[in-house]
Amino acid sequence: MTTTVSPPETSSTPAAARPAKTSTAKVPFKHRVSRFDSKASPYLYIAPFFVLFGLIGLFPLVYTFVVSLNDWDLLTGPGEWVGFQNYTDELTDPYFWNSLFNTVSIFLLSCIPQLLAAVFIAAVLDQNIRAKTFWRMSVLIPYVVTPVAVAIIFSSAFSEKYGLINNILEALNVDPVMWKTETFPSHVAIATMVNWRWTGYNALILLAAMQSVPRDIHESAALDGAGAFRRFFSITLPSIRPTMIFVIITATIGGLQIFTEPKLFNPSSSVLGGPHREYQTTVLYLWDMAFNRSDFGKASAIAWLLFIIIVAFGLMNFLISRRIASVETRTSKKRTGRKLTEHNAEKAEGARAVVAAAGEKRS
Amino acid sequence: MSNVTDLKKPTTPTTDAGTPGIPVKPVKPAKPGRARDVGIDRRPGFLTYGLLIALFLGGAYPLWWSFVAGSSDSSVLADTWPPLLPGGRFWDNVASVLDTVPFWQALANSIIVSGVITISVVFFSTLAGYSFAKLRFKGREGLMVFVIATLAVPTQLGIIPLFMLMKEFGWTGTLGAIIVPTLVTAFGVFFMRQYLVDVIPDELIEAARVDGASMFGTFWHVGLPAARPAMAILGLFTFMTAWTDYLWPLLVSPQNPTLQVALSQLQSAKYVDYTIVLAGAVMATIPLLILFVLAGKQLVSGIMAGAVKG
Repeated sequence: MTTTVSPPETSSTPAAARPAKTSTAKVPFKHRVSRFDSKASPYLYIAPFFVLFGLIGLFPLVYTFVVSLNDWDLLTGPGEWVGFQNYTDELTDPYFWNSLFNTVSIFLLSCIPQLLAAVFIAAVLDQNIRAKTFWRMSVLIPYVVTPVAVAIIFSSAFSEKYGLINNILEALNVDPVMWKTETFPSHVAIATMVNWRWTGYNALILLAAMQSVPRDIHESAALDGAGAFRRFFSITLPSIRPTMIFVIITATIGGLQIFTEPKLFNPSSSVLGGPHREYQTTVLYLWDMAFNRSDFGKASAIAWLLFIIIVAFGLMNFLISRRIASVETRTSKKRTGRKLTEHNAEKAEGARAVVAAAGEKRS
Repeated sequence: MSNVTDLKKPTTPTTDAGTPGIPVKPVKPAKPGRARDVGIDRRPGFLTYGLLIALFLGGAYPLWWSFVAGSSDSSVLADTWPPLLPGGRFWDNVASVLDTVPFWQALANSIIVSGVITISVVFFSTLAGYSFAKLRFKGREGLMVFVIATLAVPTQLGIIPLFMLMKEFGWTGTLGAIIVPTLVTAFGVFFMRQYLVDVIPDELIEAARVDGASMFGTFWHVGLPAARPAMAILGLFTFMTAWTDYLWPLLVSPQNPTLQVALSQLQSAKYVDYTIVLAGAVMATIPLLILFVLAGKQLVSGIMAGAVKG
């Protein structure tokens, strides 16, 4: 076949092709199958992932963009091409900004306390306690309660009338809180659900990081007279920073897509996300736009705006944390000398790989 | 460190390469005498156990309270101080739950959906992870970078075209529509690759090939057995993720619900009787509590080894 392609190749073919030809003649069929096997198999094994990702990951994202450029109704299908009209509409829609505000507010209320609590719990667990496995398992109990069940349990507990929490507040002579109809209390309530379920989980991740700090660092610090608190702030915290960044990035990607908890928080509200959209998050707004108001075009624009925001948040996290890390490395070089620095660098290396893996959504 | 490579059995002597003066010693069983000298391994006091008990109660109480409320009649919800002991109406409330939603069908659906997704994700991830870790082929590095990059893509935002696709296929209302979009995940591929890259010696694969095993035979007899511990962890977390998923099943199959969707339908009535809803929440939590009792240890070590949330 190759001989017909072009003159220069023809000249080289006899030399190149003859041995190949003779070898195919000599090599038994079985070996040729084997050669094909080892050439094709690697691609065959990774193919399912790429095919499926193309179909259910890449194509939907690209197609979402196409839909977002059209006037597109759930029932009647594609209408006319409107360019970026849907985007400008959304960017000037107060409901969109409201949803974004709610999302970020709930995210901050869940991320910051959760991280602090998780570090604290990890530090408690990082001691030489008895029955380690039992206590580790016990902080994981909330994790086996599904988000839907969590939302149901807490939406009952936060009921304004006859809810567990307002009952107790009443018993303590405190005015009841309007958990489901006021903005800030509702954000606190929803963040509580997220925190309850995920704090123990993240504490275990941080615990693993704490335990991988080489013991000699602790020992030599202790020998130099550093107490437990001093060691915690000067050794443990700097060492687990990469893991904390990892936890934060994962929490960001998941937190900005929060849906289940606000969706189920107040079932008697006819508007998704509270009577006056007090806790309507962006994904909830997207859902409402697409499947209640049937506007696929606008909903797709919302999806892409949220996509951009999530990527921006992720990058920001990454850059800030890298900056902090490099500043920290410089100062710690002066302070604690080579050993810790090298250790940190090693950690940061590992973290970069993990950070790259942080994309797994949680829902 | 939450790095997947730590899954390997810990190499016993952990040394700090940069410190020549300090002798090599194992990390875990620290010499008690020396450690006690510097006070690192001292047993903590009551304060620590008090905190741990408080944490345990904080984690368990909402569940317990759900059971208490779910086994009472609704008058109990108005009590200023919540009762601590369950009432006697749990089975009545269970009966109401069974009347309101197709609980058993939903349970069966959840088991099928999570089971199929788990088997598929574990198998295809192991296959692809093995290929990336141990086979040589053109474009391997580039394709792996692509896999890692897709980890950061919030695919959940593609629900609108996916929904249109499912409708086009006429799959809405079927379990297939719930299952298909998660048959293989980027995380699974990445996770298995990280594990397998060090755990199988290249010579073993070459030896199997020289002995005349086919590529798939090599994978089956060398790759799979070596991958088993990581497959178990990946399977556990994939199952959890599939079981807890809510948005997608709610969208494509509300009429043929999974357990989570059925549970949420319990409180969709105009007037919500929380004793019944909470009884349902308890019922729906029981399967995962069983899983927790059976595999809680593996969950803990999986999380600590970096089996990251799904």
